[in-house]
Amino acid sequence: MPHDHHDHVSPSGHPFRPDNDHPLTYWQQMEIAIRELLIEKGVTTAAEINAQIVSMDARSPATGARVVARAWTDAAFRAALFADAASAVESIGIDIGGLRLIALENTEDVHNVVVCTLCSCYPRDLLGLPPDWYKSRAYRSRTVKEPRKVLAEFGLELPPSTTIRVHDSTADMRYVVIPARPPGTAGLSEAALADLVTRDSMIGTGPVKAP
Amino acid sequence: MTERRFMRVRHDMPPGHVRTPAYLRGKTGWIERTLGPFPNPEERAYRHEGTPLPLMRVRFTMAEVWGEAAETPTDTIDAEIYAHWLEPAEAPHAP
Repeated sequence: MPHDHHDHVSPSGHPFRPDNDHPLTYWQQMEIAIRELLIEKGVTTAAEINAQIVSMDARSPATGARVVARAWTDAAFRAALFADAASAVESIGIDIGGLRLIALENTEDVHNVVVCTLCSCYPRDLLGLPPDWYKSRAYRSRTVKEPRKVLAEFGLELPPSTTIRVHDSTADMRYVVIPARPPGTAGLSEAALADLVTRDSMIGTGPVKAP
Repeated sequence: MTERRFMRVRHDMPPGHVRTPAYLRGKTGWIERTLGPFPNPEERAYRHEGTPLPLMRVRFTMAEVWGEAAETPTDTIDAEIYAHWLEPAEAPHAP
């Protein structure tokens, strides 16, 4: 399912994207009108808006990976993380901008996976922008109905003895999965451990990398 | 383990901005934890301040939500449901 779309590929090997020559939609016009009014009235500036876009684009799963690596190496942090994830994350100097966060613990017996069936709620401050498939109707509708099949399509086959907990991010909280620490990583530094943590492992749709 | 507090999600289909997923309406689960209070999003969507309400994380079994069609009946779905959508209920099936 991650690759449901069969996009056209140009002779140069790049995906084909049509020029956006069509007229603006109602909402595009509305956005431009409101933005220009806010700038004209001195509420904000074009530079401020751009700085915000730059900082939004700069967020990446590396931040979440730091949290996971710390949870693997620091028992007190781990306990604090599952008690109150937002405070714990801020305690190690990560600014998540008031995000209300719950950390979900993967164990040998329990596997957690996160979906937002209503829209696309996602812990952007920890993981960056969500992948396109996270917002697709297929992922949103199927993950609550047949999570094992969906995870198998991501390459994650879970034994029947593992309970799957699907978390539908329907309201105020955001979720990050804390995968289990892989075997064979005893000697690794926190930074090296963080390199093993993938975006999908923190959504619950993928494994962490092998050391 | 403390005793499970079962709640049933109201089986209503009101118009407007609602954050209670339709597939969980009428289903019974137990409180996983209580959060909030948070302002009611159904009011905030219309520019009201929003009455502060407890937000419950409710855990449902796949058996409860999908019945015979459940992929694995003992797997679970957790969702955040505002308190005004919940009413106390009996356990839906033998634990």
